[in-house]
Parts: sequence; structure tokens; C-alpha cells
Amino acid sequence: MAEPSVVLNKPEQAATAREQDLIARVQRGQNELFYELVRPYERRVYAAALAILRNQSDAEDVAQDAMLKAFANIRQFRAESRFSTWLIQITVNEALMRRRRERSVVMEGLDDRREEESDYAPREFADWREIPSEALERKEVRERLAEALASLDRKYREVFVLRDMEQLNIQETAEALGISVASVKTRLLRARLMLRDLLAAGWEQGWFSRLPFEKGTKPW
Amino acid sequence: MVNREAVNCEQVWHEISNYLEDEVDSALRTAMEEHFRACKRCTSVLEGTRNVIRLYGDERMMEVPAGFSRRLEKKLAQSARVSSSRWSTWSAWLVPVAALALIAGGLRLANSLIINQPLKTEHAQPGHDIPPDMLVVVSANAKIFHVAGCEFIHNKDKVRTLTAKEAIREGYVPCLRCMRKYLNTASAAQPVSESEANADMGAEEEDLHSSGR
Repeated sequence: MAEPSVVLNKPEQAATAREQDLIARVQRGQNELFYELVRPYERRVYAAALAILRNQSDAEDVAQDAMLKAFANIRQFRAESRFSTWLIQITVNEALMRRRRERSVVMEGLDDRREEESDYAPREFADWREIPSEALERKEVRERLAEALASLDRKYREVFVLRDMEQLNIQETAEALGISVASVKTRLLRARLMLRDLLAAGWEQGWFSRLPFEKGTKPW
Repeated sequence: MVNREAVNCEQVWHEISNYLEDEVDSALRTAMEEHFRACKRCTSVLEGTRNVIRLYGDERMMEVPAGFSRRLEKKLAQSARVSSSRWSTWSAWLVPVAALALIAGGLRLANSLIINQPLKTEHAQPGHDIPPDMLVVVSANAKIFHVAGCEFIHNKDKVRTLTAKEAIREGYVPCLRCMRKYLNTASAAQPVSESEANADMGAEEEDLHSSGR
């Protein structure tokens, strides 16, 4: 059985020394280096904004605003947190503020009042084995994954995106969204299992079937 | 061999996410591993959940619209040029702006005294457009309420969450920075000595002038 560490992505260590150097230089006033500093994270910043706003042009707007805000406040960044996490947290704040501003309070209220369901029973037990990451080279696969994610309720989608795509930890996810650690865990469980169900159904319908790997070997 | 710690499928599903986070204790981990060896359905759920985490965690799942990087770079370059040509740094920028704001605020204050207008402060007119049920945070020993995560919160460790309506009732005033979009007009000199307020008044300076009669 694979160790959990194989699954859960670890923060990239290699880029750190170079990144610290870049941060220090931007903090000292070398503004032109800022884009170089944030370029590795631009996709993550956009994805975080999109997860919350679900609209491409709003997400791009917020991504740009968040980057500008990070630039303006770069001196407040302290090395004890990861730079990427700091950037994502700024983005989430910006996106949540925009949504609060644009959505009616009533809608927000209704959405949040729904009960948390901690027990979720998987529905699909299709024969899943490790799906190689090469599958993601196919646009069709990426689109199906994105559709499945978009079909989740907001509260599950946001937690899933921040934890499993943006790689924030549970505590950081809770802080960014202003919810409890327990809620993050509950929603994360449900989001992961729902996605698994949605994709397992796809597996049975054969949309993974043209993938270039051998089928039929059971993992057990 | 009978395992006292045996877990059933429902318990496994309930803990599977924590298991993958490595957040279960060792007794539960052992029991779950034993269960997976015997239960094909739960193994399938485990493998599928792993696939989900691994596939979505891949950078390729994060696509940006065409031209996104170019537009972002351009925007940042503009901003970098502005801040390096006019002022050497952001903090240096704050000083003259804060000073200007104080002068502008002072003039406005003097004006309103001369023409005998009632002073309008944030206390008298807390931002009308703030949704009353919006959740805001206040911190100990401060008189300002903020959007959660606003970087101008003092004493971030001691924040309390409440609705905007309650905050206003308790005498807190909106942070001009994070609540700016809800405040339809900037009011006159705000008697708050915090540097954040000064910086904000700088940002609101234009409004001050345009609202002055």
C-alpha cells in the first residue's frame, strides 16, 4: 500500500532559495523582478479566483488585483509563511470580497444555511487503478475533470480547490475561507468522495478507456 | 485472528480523507489497512480518491485563458514603473500621501467650521452601503471593523467576528481600506490617529476634494 506522502503533494523545496532571493530584492525596491517572482504561481492564483467566482473575466480581474496587492504589500511578507500560500490567501480574500459585493446577501445566506453532511456513502465501486498523470495531456480528460469540479456545491468546491489544488494545508484553508478546521475536514472528505464518484462513473462509461495503458489488471 | 480494533466500511469512508492526510492515529491506521486488504470496495474507494487528489493536484489542471500571462505582466510592469519612477518605494510613497491627506483633512475641517456646517465623521455616518448582515471582524483595543483578512487589522490574534450591524451598534467604524467600496462618500476628517486611517485618507483624497463645497 502506498504511503500517504506519495499522494499528497509536498511544497516544492527546490525553488525556495531562488525565491527568497527574489523576494528580498523586490522588497529592497527592485520592482521589475516582481513578475518573475510570481510567474510560477500565476496559474494557481487564477485557479483560486476562478474557484470562488466561477467566471473567467472576474477571475482574471481578481487575479490581477491580488498580484498588485501582493506587490504593494511585499514588505509585509514574512519568511515564516510560504510565499505561495501568502499569495493565494490574498487572492482568496480579494475574490471573497468581490463576491460579497456582487452577490445579494440573501443568496449567500441561503447557500450557507444548508446543513453540513458528514456522512457520505460512495456510490460507485468501479475498478479504479492508478490513472497516470499523462492522461492530463488530453484536453478531453482535463475538461471532464473541470466539469466534475464545477458541478460541486460552492462550499465543497472551494475547500477542495484550496487544499488539493492550491496545496494549502487544512489550517490555512480554514483561515483563508473563515471556517473551522472541522468544517474543512468534513467538506474535504465529501468533495473528494463526490469527485471520485463522478469520475468513477466516467470510467465505467469509458471516457478514460482510450488512455494508453493496459486495462484489466485489478489493483488487489 | 479477531482484531478488536476492526472497522466497518462506513467508518472507513468516514475516515478515508483523514487517512490520506495522515491524520489518523496509528491504531486506526492499522485497522483501516487491515480492512483494505479484505475489502475490494473500500480499496476501490481509496484508489479512486487517491487518483482524484493526484490528478487535480497537477499543474496542468490549472489552465489560464489565452493571453493571461501577457496581460498580467503588462499590468505589473505598469505598476512597477509608476512606483519606481515617482517614489522609490511603497513605504516612501505613504509618507507624502499621508501628509497630504492630513493637510486636506485639516483644510476641510477648517472649512466646515468656518461655514458652520455640522461635522460629519465616520461615527455619525457609518457607511450606508455596508450590508448589515455581512460578517466583519473587530480586534481588541481598536475602534475599526474590517473584512476578515484585511491587512490593516491590528492585533490579528485577538479578533472577534460579528455582523456589520452589530459592529456599528457597538460603535465601531468601517475600515476605510477594506470597506471602501461600501462607503459612498468619504466623510470629513476622521479623528483616528492610526496610520492606516491616514493612508486611507490619502486614497480618498480625491473624494474629499470633490465632496468639499
